[in-house]
Parts: sequence; C-alpha cells; structure tokens
Amino acid sequence: MRIPILKLYNCLLVSIQWELDDQTALQFQEDLLQKIHETGANGVVIDLTSIDFIDSFIAKVLGDVIDMSNLMGAKVVITGIQPAVAITLIELGIGLTNVLTAIDLEKGLEKLQQELGE
Amino acid sequence: MTIQSCVTIINEWDIVAARQLGRNVAKELGFGTVDQARITTAISELARNIYLYAGKGQICIDKLYENGKPGVKISAIDSGPGISDIRQVMEDGFSTSGGLGAGLPGVKRLMDQFAIESIPGDGTQIIATKWLR
Repeated sequence: MRIPILKLYNCLLVSIQWELDDQTALQFQEDLLQKIHETGANGVVIDLTSIDFIDSFIAKVLGDVIDMSNLMGAKVVITGIQPAVAITLIELGIGLTNVLTAIDLEKGLEKLQQELGE
Repeated sequence: MTIQSCVTIINEWDIVAARQLGRNVAKELGFGTVDQARITTAISELARNIYLYAGKGQICIDKLYENGKPGVKISAIDSGPGISDIRQVMEDGFSTSGGLGAGLPGVKRLMDQFAIESIPGDGTQIIATKWLR
C-alpha cells in the first residue's frame, strides 16, 4: 500500500498511518521525491503521530529521504514523534540530528513557513 | 515455565510478522508502551540481521516467569555465515551493509539481558530478554 502525499499550497503533507514495512518505506522515498519534482513544492511535513516504533532501517530511510529532499531544494519537518519512539531511537543510538522537528502538524507547518521565510 | 512461538525469517514480510508477534506478547504480559516499542524495535533489528546476513533463520518469542515476574525472551537463531569478530559488531556505527550500524549495540541497550554466540561458518544465536518492572 502506498502512503498518500497531499499538496497544500507550496507544501506537501504526509501522514504515515500504519506500520511501515521495508518496501512501503522505500516506495515512499521514491514517491515523495517524485512528488516534489512534479509539484515544485519547497516544503514537506511528515507526520508520525500514528507510528509507535521506528527501527534503524526506517530511521535510515527517513533520514535519507530528508537529505534527498534537501538536495532537491525542499525542506522537511518531521512532526508528532511519540514518547516511546523518541526513547527507543535515542537508545538505539539514532539522534536524527539536523532534522527539523515539531510537536504536531500545526507547529510543523508554522516551522516550515519560518524556515522558508514566508 | 516458558511458552514459545516462532516466526521463520526468509523475507521482509517475516520481519513485520516477527515484530507484531513480539508486540502482542509484550502487550499481553502488561508491558507499557515504551517497553513495547523497545521490544518491537529489538525484534525488528534482529530479524533484519537474519534477513540481510544469514538469508534464513528464526525469531522465537518466549514468555518467561521468574519468581512470579514476567518477561519476554527473544531468540534469534540462524545458520548463516556467522560473525568472526563479535567485538566489532557490538561497536556503535559498525556496519557491513550500509546501514546505520545501530543494530546489535542498540538491541543490547533496549533490552535487559543480551547474549550472543556465533561460530563462523555455522551460524549465530542471539538471546535478549526484557523483564516487566
């Protein structure tokens, strides 16, 4: 199943609603970059509110897609990381440093607008 | 007393099946959301290692009861190429697959007990346990 990517003005909105398997995660990576290319969006918010765990593979795919989006000229903000996810990621040794984050979708969109200077 | 169920790991979908099994067992035993995430993540790392490095193996989940205290035991067993330098794979950031190198040292931090045995050419067995606090 593919993760839907919605366009809102100059931004793309993604809400990951179910547990990611490897294929879905890699497909999402491609789909997001393609959508950035098609729409010329300069910002992306990825909401992880419904995600209850992230392993090192998913973290790598997420970190990579953020770097890839940056290369293309789009900034990415990750929102809604649950307490359990934050704890396990840090214990795993994955800080996702240099990643823009916000507590929820609303704050994420605000942060994105600030970053884009709009 | 132990009650065991196993998932054979051959493809990526089996990784999902193994961690769902582990999460269900953790939930049944009364682990909170943070420990459920720790256990699920640890299983995912171990199952992915089997898939990536051994090609085939098994993840078994045991419910343990020690002095009335429940726990979850994860066993990851494969007959893959084995690990020649265990100290090296337990170092943060070491990876031969282009991953983050967070796997095994990460699993050790997420769980309460961690034991690894590996014979090059013969296979690897990792046992990790988490006790309900």
